[in-house]
Amino acid sequence: MMAYEPVIGIETHVELTTASKMFCGCPVDFGAPPNTNVCPVCLGLPGALPVVNGTAVEYAMTIGLALNCDIAAHSVFARKNYFYPDMPKNYQISQFDEPLCVDGHLDIDTGDGPVPVGITRVHMEEDTGKSTHIGEGGRIHAATHSLIDFNRAGVPLMEIVSEPDIRSAEQARAFVTELREVVLRLGVSDAKLEEGSMRFDGNISLRPEGTEAFGTKVEIKNMNSIRSLQRALNHEIERQTALLEAGEAVVQETRHWNEETGTTSGMRSKEESFDYRYFPEPDLVPVAVDDEWRERVTARLPELPAQAYGRYLDMGLDGPVAAVISRDVEYGSVFEAAVAAGGTPQMVANWLTGEVTALLRRTESTLAESAINGTALAELSSMVADGTLSASAAKDVLAGVAAGEGTPDEVAASRDLIQVSDSAALEPIVDEVLAANAEAVEKLRAGDGKVVGFLIGQVMRATGGKADPGAVSEIIRSRAG
Amino acid sequence: MPVDIDIAKVARLARLALDDEELERYRQQCEVVLEHAARVQALPTDGVPPTSHPLPRTNAFRDDVVTECLDREEVLSQAPERDGDYFLVPRILDEA
Ligand SMILES: [Zn+2]
Repeated sequence: MMAYEPVIGIETHVELTTASKMFCGCPVDFGAPPNTNVCPVCLGLPGALPVVNGTAVEYAMTIGLALNCDIAAHSVFARKNYFYPDMPKNYQISQFDEPLCVDGHLDIDTGDGPVPVGITRVHMEEDTGKSTHIGEGGRIHAATHSLIDFNRAGVPLMEIVSEPDIRSAEQARAFVTELREVVLRLGVSDAKLEEGSMRFDGNISLRPEGTEAFGTKVEIKNMNSIRSLQRALNHEIERQTALLEAGEAVVQETRHWNEETGTTSGMRSKEESFDYRYFPEPDLVPVAVDDEWRERVTARLPELPAQAYGRYLDMGLDGPVAAVISRDVEYGSVFEAAVAAGGTPQMVANWLTGEVTALLRRTESTLAESAINGTALAELSSMVADGTLSASAAKDVLAGVAAGEGTPDEVAASRDLIQVSDSAALEPIVDEVLAANAEAVEKLRAGDGKVVGFLIGQVMRATGGKADPGAVSEIIRSRAG
Repeated sequence: MPVDIDIAKVARLARLALDDEELERYRQQCEVVLEHAARVQALPTDGVPPTSHPLPRTNAFRDDVVTECLDREEVLSQAPERDGDYFLVPRILDEA
């Protein structure tokens, strides 16, 4: 049977966290009471004129530069004409043939080396209002009518279009995850999937493995989590494979992902729905970016995940550990703070990706929600390193710190977990254990080193796990010698 | 320079319900505009950058500062229909 290779491109929309909207001074404020953040411009009232938010242009440039794009010296806004009730002007101000950023790439890594995914373009536009469909199940097709809130209309929206360089649903997941990390790191969007400040559509076609020509592509919409993107693409790969294997044709269309059924279905599209009749926006003059401006924005770019990854490797972290920490803003900042507080990079990193991660999973919380910070982690790892805490006691201390019981020092004291390595304190206990285990002592004297572990275990039990196993071992050996 | 206009399609895209007489009148008017555009298009423009805007300026920006919004009651009072704090619109798509 013929094997097929998926060819996937992703279109991502990201709302910017500017203070005001793209073309008017209404606040960008998710969760404000409906229809309160509106003015004549974003309501499309006759005669109202848009004025470009300069900060939004700079944010867009920031995204473009972070995605290795060329920034156009000259770019223009265009009108995209279509009718929809949540778009009051009956056109959306967007960019068309002269977008701000073109021809970039974002590297992803799904475990078998970096794969560059081309970025065709990043352009600026405005978001639409929000519709709530009233009637059966809130579905648009069965609705009796819809309610519109225009608070979101005019919020700065970036459209990021990838090249069809993605070859699996797993790579698609890695791409949007990486892209989300980048915009978060840039501080230009809160990129919340559940609130819709980051959204994506996919297009996918299949072609026989080893061939170049693209197959017929299908666009998929309505995926509102990274998981649903992955599920939808996998479903579509299966569906298209089955069609091709049966000798049927894939129809070029837009399909709607249904989260509950785990399937996609064709959306009825009107014949002329894609005739947007773009033309240059007469109300806005072009955007010109000179070298000086571009360089100023470039100089302000924060460190991006891929750069942090390289730096962490240089600090001596293992690849997988460095990957986790460089790709999570929270982990990255706690790690940096711990190292700044004197923590050994490898130790701190291993704690973060090991015990801290396990603890957060157990308590179903995030690093930000827990009371774990860099200083605490540095202190904890040095307490383990200098023998103040045993490895197992350190885990208890960590749990206490996470729960807000205090600094590692305080938690270790209050939970009585400080490791006893003082021989004056340990000797009487060791002697007691040796006296009670004469047979094991005989074996040890006869040269059977294996019983040491058993004897240490007995001492640990007698001390409630607080004895320093190294110190105990030394005392046992000196007594048996 | 003759131009071919599908005026019925143009009207449909603009959601305009025009009768035959109106269609013909607008077709003639659009024809005049498009003929003019066709004449301009015939000029030699090699090396001339496309003009997307007649004003000789760029970068007309405003600062990212929040300004006052309209009063919601006033806004909704202009709506053909409302439901509470929302604009109410007829169903958007027919049953698929
Ligand atoms: Zn506004």
